[in-house]
Amino acid sequence: MNDSILLAALGWLTDPANWQGGSGIPTRLWEHVWVSGLSVLIAAALALPVALVLGHVGRGGALASTVANLGRAVPTLAVLVILVLSPEPFGLGNVVTCTVVALVLFAVPPILTNAYAGMRAVDQDLVEAARGMGLTPAQVLFRVELPLAVPLVVAGLRIATAQVIATATIAAIIAGPGLGRFITAGLGNQDTPQLIGGAVLVALFAVLVEVAFQLLQRRVTPARSSRQVVEDEVQVPAALR
Amino acid sequence: MSVAESCLQRNAWICPEYVTTRWDILVDALGQHLLLTFGAVVLGLLIALPVGVLASRSTAVETVASGVATVLYTIPSLAMFPLLLALGLSFGPGVVVVGLAIYSLGILLRNIVVGLQGVPDDTMDAAIGMGLSPRRALWSVELPLALPAILAGVRIATVSTVALVTVGGLFGFGGLGNRIIVGLNSRFNAEVLTATVMVVLVALVLDGLLLLAERRLTPWVRGRTA
Repeated sequence: MNDSILLAALGWLTDPANWQGGSGIPTRLWEHVWVSGLSVLIAAALALPVALVLGHVGRGGALASTVANLGRAVPTLAVLVILVLSPEPFGLGNVVTCTVVALVLFAVPPILTNAYAGMRAVDQDLVEAARGMGLTPAQVLFRVELPLAVPLVVAGLRIATAQVIATATIAAIIAGPGLGRFITAGLGNQDTPQLIGGAVLVALFAVLVEVAFQLLQRRVTPARSSRQVVEDEVQVPAALR
Repeated sequence: MSVAESCLQRNAWICPEYVTTRWDILVDALGQHLLLTFGAVVLGLLIALPVGVLASRSTAVETVASGVATVLYTIPSLAMFPLLLALGLSFGPGVVVVGLAIYSLGILLRNIVVGLQGVPDDTMDAAIGMGLSPRRALWSVELPLALPAILAGVRIATVSTVALVTVGGLFGFGGLGNRIIVGLNSRFNAEVLTATVMVVLVALVLDGLLLLAERRLTPWVRGRTA
């Protein structure tokens, strides 16, 4: 532990001057919240219908895994930089647009793959029974499959939100909105207290949102299927199952 | 203006001339990228294997270890590196390796625990019944049977790490990420796109190589799924 650095960071965090104004902590925190929330909402609106329909008809497994792999292989930093160097409607004059587009791009894969996996994991006997009882395809989707897929849908939203909060932090390198600006400013001005203080804020914010989502996920998960949710990100080869 | 104007002067995104004139810089950046990735995944594996074995035997250890790993995994990379500095690490490539090892740890630990727990109890009973010591049973029965899940984790961890190394560029140790940051600061489109494409290619190539290794090391899996 480096006590003097930590004390200096604490000093920065408790300095009232850093808690006010257009580039103060509350402003940056609010930017981080709305830019992340908006991006997750847009990504969910794009990815959930596709995942639910593909999962319902049982096709598109290859698409889902390709999207997941691409989402992992492409660096978020590179997408932000490419967007900010691109012409209108992106570019340096439209940093918020660049940020939101990059966040949406990286939020789609986890939402899509988890919702798809959730739909596919629904016991086909239940679907058969529902059909046999005379439910229409739409009723099967919304009254049987979707409720059973909710735990994994929420898991996808949780993973996407964590990804979005992390990427929104990196957006600071293109002078984007959010708490990451304290880290880049700290680096740029060799201001260690601000660098560490900003990092502490970002980490606290990300962990708090994660814990809140974990609690939500536990609430929507029936005790019997909790095992599925634990394995949401693990890709076990089919032979093991 | 004229046709003779080079893609460098036009600041084109795709510019073969950039690649030929900056080849040495790109190879250096690629080498650093591979070293940082390799260091992070190996360090992550060295920590995740023993912890994973303990976690697969004790629910208490599993709860604590997976809780800690999840919390650490949630911390954004841009914040992780400064936090490691505050904890006493000195500025350098070590910060990037340790930071990225923490992320790969999160992925590896889950897959190791799931893989080990997937080994049937009957198999372990048979191994012990045949007179294998617990240590022998772990190394020659349990871990090989968990290998497909473990290797799947190594693949995911490697691909994620290749992409995450770029963030180290902000601290001067990011391999190809250094080129992306330099390209951003000098508004040099070809540098940014070339380095980005190289990062994605590295991820895809390593993914393919690890898949090949996976098939070589676990030939029994393919026979059963085919």
